[in-house]
Amino acid sequence: MIYQYDAVIVGAGIAGLTAALKASETCNVAVISKVYASRSHSGSAQGGMAAALGNEEEDHWEWHMFDTVKGGDYLSDQDICEILAREAPQRVIELEHLGVPFSRNSEGKIEQRRFGGHTRNFGEAPVRRACYASDRTGRVIMDALYDQCLVRSVKIFDEFFVTSLLTSEGRCYGVSGYELATSEPAVFHAKAVLLATGGCGRIFKTTSMSFAATGDGFALAFDAGIPLEDMEFVQFHPTGIHNLGILVSEAARAEGGILRNGKGERFMERYAPTLKDLAPRDIISRAILTEVAEGRGVEGSDYVYLDLTHLGKEQLQLKLEEVTSFVKTYLGIDASVSPIPVAPTCHYMMGGIPTDAKGRVLADGKSAVLPGLYAAGECACVSVHGANRLGTNSLVDLVVFGKRAGADITDFADKNPLAPLPKDAELAVSSKMDRLLGMAGKEHAAMVREDMQKTMTQLCSVFRDRKGLEQAMQRIRELKGRMANLGLMSKGKRFNYELEEALELEVMMKLAEVIVYSALQREESRGAHYRNDFPERNDEAWLKHTLVFPMQTGFEVRYKPVVVTRFEPKARKY
Amino acid sequence: MMVKLKIFRFDPKNDKEPHYDFFAVDAKPTDRLLDCLNKVRWEHDGSLAYRMSCAHGICGSDGMTINGVSALSCQKLVKDYPADKEILIEPLSVFPVVKDLVVDMEPFFGREKSVHPHDGITLTVAEEGKEHLQTVEQRLQFDDDIKCIMCACCVSACPVSQKEDPAYVGPAAIVRAHRYIFDSRVKDMLERLQIMDKPHGAWSCKSYYKCTQVCPKEIQVTKHILEVKRKIIAELQTKKAAPTP
Repeated sequence: MIYQYDAVIVGAGIAGLTAALKASETCNVAVISKVYASRSHSGSAQGGMAAALGNEEEDHWEWHMFDTVKGGDYLSDQDICEILAREAPQRVIELEHLGVPFSRNSEGKIEQRRFGGHTRNFGEAPVRRACYASDRTGRVIMDALYDQCLVRSVKIFDEFFVTSLLTSEGRCYGVSGYELATSEPAVFHAKAVLLATGGCGRIFKTTSMSFAATGDGFALAFDAGIPLEDMEFVQFHPTGIHNLGILVSEAARAEGGILRNGKGERFMERYAPTLKDLAPRDIISRAILTEVAEGRGVEGSDYVYLDLTHLGKEQLQLKLEEVTSFVKTYLGIDASVSPIPVAPTCHYMMGGIPTDAKGRVLADGKSAVLPGLYAAGECACVSVHGANRLGTNSLVDLVVFGKRAGADITDFADKNPLAPLPKDAELAVSSKMDRLLGMAGKEHAAMVREDMQKTMTQLCSVFRDRKGLEQAMQRIRELKGRMANLGLMSKGKRFNYELEEALELEVMMKLAEVIVYSALQREESRGAHYRNDFPERNDEAWLKHTLVFPMQTGFEVRYKPVVVTRFEPKARKY
Repeated sequence: MMVKLKIFRFDPKNDKEPHYDFFAVDAKPTDRLLDCLNKVRWEHDGSLAYRMSCAHGICGSDGMTINGVSALSCQKLVKDYPADKEILIEPLSVFPVVKDLVVDMEPFFGREKSVHPHDGITLTVAEEGKEHLQTVEQRLQFDDDIKCIMCACCVSACPVSQKEDPAYVGPAAIVRAHRYIFDSRVKDMLERLQIMDKPHGAWSCKSYYKCTQVCPKEIQVTKHILEVKRKIIAELQTKKAAPTP
């Protein structure tokens, strides 16, 4: 089947739907999602959305910008951070006008709460900047956008899996993939394509991310010859439910929750004397694993406690209802009575497809726009989060840069005709599928995937070193060898999820290799990338973005400078 | 421990009629039933079809019928069921089966859409560049509704949707309508009430409370449907009956 639209958006999370709403003002838009649109992972965002509205106390976009830059350990591009912080308040108001049900304060305005790394007056103390709706902020934003898309008749293709970008002669003219229900190839011919496919947390064994978070967008771009930027920066959220990785929102600490080690000590006082439990995520994740390594985990094990018992049942019900229900369901724990066992869980990719401030993908990673191709949200790297994203800065990134991409798409589609579609566009999809279906090896994708996840968690997570990373690279190459010997149990065409998961595994393996490769190159510690063998940040050598290019054989790494405007890099203390 | 699963299998394109397959998988008491299904697909039978994504009760993908009750498989743990008996896993009822545990959700989402007026969702005009003001109490009026994850468990469990009135808009769609009807910022309350007042709307609900019992987010679904009915009476019927001045 061949479909034709002005704009095709891959991914129906908050970035994709924001762009779709904007672009649909003048364009004929299709949104493609491999799950039902309302299942997208943005719906799992809990804590809030940062914007210096100042509804609770004095706040300024400059403070927000500074916190974002410092939170990113000075790797964020500051011109971009300025856009984020300046535009955030308007975007929150727009969402409210679309019907997003933010929680309210006593004046009837949007209520705001504290969050990790967000401070008043350039680091003095926590500030109330996170706009939220209980602990289901992502869900309610996504639902409001989804309802608006429904009533404005944005065409949504649910359960279509995109496997290739269509590019030629330096121009993107669509995507191809297949319908999960039938395995029938589908070609989406368009003037402009936006990749908004989210993250790739499933590369790791323990993650807060959904099964769908396999990083398809990163790989679509990489396969088309586009570099990936800053992929070594992977965020591990400090408070995943132990073993399960399910997120316990930072909002729990924003509302007064305290981390305690096995001896009952509030250990964050030692690591971040000013912000304590509201320090940025990279710092807390390292602190937890340091406590564990030094024998102060709970009962000598590999987790610590998040103590919410002093907050009271009513507060938990009002502000942290989802979190309270997760621990009840999965651990049988009443959070108002018992502390919650937590450990770091893979949560977010700071790196991604390089774009400019309009969401346009940069083919050389620096300035050469690839006409017709856009990226936004977690799969993009406009570089606002640098080496470590602050909590509540993701939702604001999605709407600020999702909208900017949508606006530029409108412009682009207005000025450019459809590029001609080559005859064999459908063929690429079926050959990809047929190759996998035809394989008769002994390896199961699920087993190879599990070994990849273990490797990445053991050797490429919160603490890294050369030896471990080299070992990880070696193992990934072995796993790639095993993938050449895959065999699918199911050869059917209808809802063949085994086939989809095998395709996703190919994507994830590629990205795992890029992450390890990027981490090996960067011989310093910055934000979420910590090297035991290079424990200091080194601005002289490494204040620059990593760009990994796909080559005929292997990768090539290049670098580009960080944009520094208002804030000179300084030591990062909290 | 070994968990025994009896799973509904059907591919309407290839099978004459449904059958059940039996699997035994190794699991811990605290594993989710979704983990067990994953083991089946990953280790025993790659063709087993079911939807899933977030695996912690947020995305709403994995609604199914477990031992006769609509539920999310990621919210149910092995230890919630008797250890010595097999667990019966079937698709959601009401919706046509597409393959195994995958059902056609188009009718569901179509009905979610049907509760919105034709010209969209209209809010009152707020002060330029500012949010609408809404008191904490006003906001609480629809706080329960926004927990809905559109998993369709309520519709699957509803005796009216199942048999009595298959054209019934269903509990989830009424919760969606309630969310906008009781939001002080939304202008189109009367239009939505008129939609709810139509045949197969809110009045089809016979208060069986099945939706409320199964809702994975513990939404007071039946209560909200009753609130919509009361609002219809107050705003449409009583006011219509009153003489116009």
